[in-house]
Amino acid sequence: MSGFARDQMAARVARDIPDGAYVNLGIGLPELVANHMAADREAVFHSENGLLGLGPEPDAAARDPDLINAGKKPVTLVPGGAIFHHTDSFAMIRGGHIDICVLGAYQVAANGDLANWATFDRTMPPCVGGAMDLAVGAAKVFAVMQHTDKAGGPKLLERCTYPLTGRGVVDRIYTNLAVIDVTGAGFAVVEMAPGVTRDQLHDATGAALAFADQSAPAQAMESATR
Amino acid sequence: MIDKRSPSLAAAVAGVADGDTILVSGFGMAGAPNALLEALLDLDVRDLIVASNNIGEDGVGLAKLIAAGRVSHLICSFPRADTDSPGMTLYRQGKLTIEVVPQGTLSERMRAAGAGIGGFYTPTSVGTDLCAGKEVRTFDGRDYVLERPLPGDWAFVKAAVADRWGNLIYSKAARNFAPTMAMAARTTVAEVDAVAELGALDPEHIVTPGIFVDRVVVLPAAERRAA
Repeated sequence: MSGFARDQMAARVARDIPDGAYVNLGIGLPELVANHMAADREAVFHSENGLLGLGPEPDAAARDPDLINAGKKPVTLVPGGAIFHHTDSFAMIRGGHIDICVLGAYQVAANGDLANWATFDRTMPPCVGGAMDLAVGAAKVFAVMQHTDKAGGPKLLERCTYPLTGRGVVDRIYTNLAVIDVTGAGFAVVEMAPGVTRDQLHDATGAALAFADQSAPAQAMESATR
Repeated sequence: MIDKRSPSLAAAVAGVADGDTILVSGFGMAGAPNALLEALLDLDVRDLIVASNNIGEDGVGLAKLIAAGRVSHLICSFPRADTDSPGMTLYRQGKLTIEVVPQGTLSERMRAAGAGIGGFYTPTSVGTDLCAGKEVRTFDGRDYVLERPLPGDWAFVKAAVADRWGNLIYSKAARNFAPTMAMAARTTVAEVDAVAELGALDPEHIVTPGIFVDRVVVLPAAERRAA
């Protein structure tokens, strides 16, 4: 079983981001998506701390401590970029103005429930940040994650066991093994990574999987646009 | 004549009392009013309630105030710090309680306080642990949770430039929570890098109108770096 590497997962997400989309990229792997946008597509990247039009990471000499993204890393603004305060930024999120949000996940359930903010560790306070706002607010929620946890246990489940971030919010899941839609009838496999078999995917998943026809993937991809 | 400039940091924070609620601007270190927060260490105040997106870092500003045991309750969206930091130690000892609030809800609760709104219904957190015990209502088929305003006795904000009326402009993403917090407190104190002559700021570019600001203290960037 081979599967997608991190950059391949990011590139696969980028293929589903249409020209003109306003997109929020979460911390970590989702940030890589910006590096894989096709040259003929213009997407505007949003950062919940109050920026639209995020550009590439600056050279060390050009870093400005006042210009950071939601992960508190130095960023740049592209021409046309805009700066605004937090309340407006979350109005963009909650008000449905963000077309796509790409975020990491601990678990996703077959009903679209998302768990990505808290575990059961009580020695540290949980950190929610903007995750719950993004989960309910973005028009489409894409989860990018490893298909299984470090112990090999499934992260795609019938029901989440970790505390929920949002109910029924995830639209599409990108893992190292497959691209999977969350439909009214549960998980539907859109495509599998090269070298991965249906049996292997079943074994790595904690819920039922439906497999689409050969013709399905292209249509499913179109549905990712608003 | 209106002149909101304070002659010193001590004058800027004068009047903060035990148990007061302080809204503290900043996202990470961008826009954190560290000098105002550290000025509180010279006052004998404790049991402060602080609303801030983060818990402070680098042992300065909020992190320093928390480490000194001055803060008893933190209202926060992302209280991440090193496991062995003073803040986390106080949290585990029960000496610092933390109310985790979704980032957009935190901001909107302060906006509501500043705008005279008694509460609002948001879809954020419905069905999660953070909506436990709160009223949920269904409007047009969607569930929303009731959230209440979060007013401050004080707001400490960091801005780039002020004039003597307290009009403020900011530096890039250091703006973050400051305009909302400035509205939401009984007394708003702005720590700024520079003061402009009245009329020098373009009215089209003023982000926080001076009506929301009570005191201004200037701490030039050069001085800030040396401190």
